[in-house]
Amino acid sequence: MNFVYDRLLGGKNGAIGVAILAALIFIVLPLSLDLFRLNLVGKYLTYAFAAVSLVLLWGYGGILSLGQGVFFGLGGYCMAMFLKLESSDPISTKIQSTPGIPDFMDWNQITQLPLFWQPFNSFGFTLLAVVLVPSIFALIIGFSMFKRRVGGVYFAIITQAIALILTVLIVGQQGYTGGINGITDLRTLHGWDIREDSAKYILYFINAILLFTVVFIGRYILTSKFGRLLLAMRDKEDRVRFSGYDVANFKIFIFCVSAVISSIGGAMFTLQVGFMSPSFVGIVPSIEMVIFAAVGGRMSLIGAIYGTLLVNFGKTTFSESFPELWLFLMGGLFIGVVMFFPNGLAGIWEKHGKKMVACISRLQCYNVAKTLIENWRATRLNTAEK
Amino acid sequence: MGEYTSQELISIFAMQGFAGISLFSVLLLMALGLAIIFGQMGVINMAHGEFMAVGAYTTYILSVACEEYVPGFLPYYFVFAIIASFIVAGFLGYLAEYALIRHLYKRPLDTLLATWGLSLIMQQAFRSIFGAREVSPILPDWIIGAYHATETIDIPINGLFVLGLTVVITLGVYLLMFKSNWGLRVRAITQNRIMSGAVGINTKMVDRLTFALGCGIAGVAGAAFTTIASTGPTTGSAYIVDTFMVVVFGGAASLFGTIASAFTIAQAQSILEFFISGSIAKVITLLTIVVILMMRPEGLFSIKVRK
Repeated sequence: MNFVYDRLLGGKNGAIGVAILAALIFIVLPLSLDLFRLNLVGKYLTYAFAAVSLVLLWGYGGILSLGQGVFFGLGGYCMAMFLKLESSDPISTKIQSTPGIPDFMDWNQITQLPLFWQPFNSFGFTLLAVVLVPSIFALIIGFSMFKRRVGGVYFAIITQAIALILTVLIVGQQGYTGGINGITDLRTLHGWDIREDSAKYILYFINAILLFTVVFIGRYILTSKFGRLLLAMRDKEDRVRFSGYDVANFKIFIFCVSAVISSIGGAMFTLQVGFMSPSFVGIVPSIEMVIFAAVGGRMSLIGAIYGTLLVNFGKTTFSESFPELWLFLMGGLFIGVVMFFPNGLAGIWEKHGKKMVACISRLQCYNVAKTLIENWRATRLNTAEK
Repeated sequence: MGEYTSQELISIFAMQGFAGISLFSVLLLMALGLAIIFGQMGVINMAHGEFMAVGAYTTYILSVACEEYVPGFLPYYFVFAIIASFIVAGFLGYLAEYALIRHLYKRPLDTLLATWGLSLIMQQAFRSIFGAREVSPILPDWIIGAYHATETIDIPINGLFVLGLTVVITLGVYLLMFKSNWGLRVRAITQNRIMSGAVGINTKMVDRLTFALGCGIAGVAGAAFTTIASTGPTTGSAYIVDTFMVVVFGGAASLFGTIASAFTIAQAQSILEFFISGSIAKVITLLTIVVILMMRPEGLFSIKVRK
């Protein structure tokens, strides 16, 4: 019990934070929003996976990856491939020249299911792929870069280039990937219609539960010895290396963990939104994920979720009513957060919010007010006497 | 490649080579500024592409103004447009350094995010001012057209002009960096910032001017760019990743490395583009660079720097 309370929930403060967020996501939002808006929140919460992964990788590890969208996309595409294969059974695609393959392949004169698509007929394999594909990919990238001590801005630029490469590849290979439109028209999972209202509710809750699980895993990692090493590496990498630790292996590990977390988000995105396209893979979404984490607080797992929700609500609201203003606001947000609030919302909360709450809860405000009034009376008496 | 005769292959290589030279020129002009800034200050300027767009839009405004008020001057305005682009982009860069970058020197990863924010704001500003449609300035007649070298080879004159401009600017940067007192200070700061400060170099002022210079060169790149393609709000961001790859691949702070890598990348992409589809050419080029960088993280040519 102590393990759960201290390590996973993070003591009293952490437990309260988790409880408030859980109440918001599991009770308040589902009760107060209609299904369309709730589905939108569900979509935002899938981005929150990527934001949480960036807290681990960037906030604690000091490794800025501008390619989280790659892993988000890999997970999303794995899931989309499975769903697409299920919805393109020979009966519903009989008008095609080759029935039984996804429609976009048929449009691109491909007559046989490509080899790398075939394992995605199995749901078990797909679930495995959502975890394994991004981790192997991250392992390769991490191994070749961290072992050679590539870090900092170089790592950021190279991951950004990888995001660009993958987008160009997906868009260019229309016959195998669905091109710029992505993989669309996904309907059922093992015969279960994911577009129905009840399915949307169920998927929302599954997504939320997974998100909290990821937060707990993140807490577990950060409160372990490994978490301390991660911080130490961020602040003085050489000193950790001189103490006899293999810094590269730790970095590879956390990079793989963050890749898997983003990938799970991507898979849940596909399930909830019903399609996957390269516009969630490239440079812009990847860097937006960084801003979600930055706004929420790069050192706070819970903060990253709030940050994601807030920025996305802002984006939806503003791009509906003032599309012109949105980019100005987004740009200003980037600059403002980086320059004035490097620890984001969570930092502001730590600094000011807690004091206010503590002040109210201990009735200090009352005392402060009382002293103020007494002082004021005293001065008035003084002036009256004069 | 079997279906082409050797004569045709030579022509293809020559033509695609010249197409690649235009790309090379723009990439090099962009990368020069970025390499100086990155090499000296370790700052990643994600808004560099937008400074290029500033130059392109400056050229556009001047061409419109020139057509409106002094049509007779139209054949010559372009030279002044290049200078104006340099000044406008450089001035904006100076302001950006003063307002934004100088507060973040201790946090290089954060400059990356802040300048990305700046690039978003600039993009939207372009869209609000000039509209979402792409614009092109009225080009003087002498820039348009092609020179027929042989029967199968056409060399576009705008490509030659841009190449000439690039050579001049590169030479200028070389002289400035390696033959002037100011360049000596810049190189001293690149190698050892603290010692440079200790011997009396005003590192902050040099930083600011270097940043302005880098952005100014990006502005010139923008002016050159208008002769090749039209300019839209997102023109700059389309080139930014390629430019970063040029800088990193060439080795930061190495002028020669930057030139060599811009040439390699532009030519590889341009020649491959003829034989396979454009997207795959891009993928292969970028992937090769990433793999080479994984094996040789310091880039092709690097100079020793005390961190």
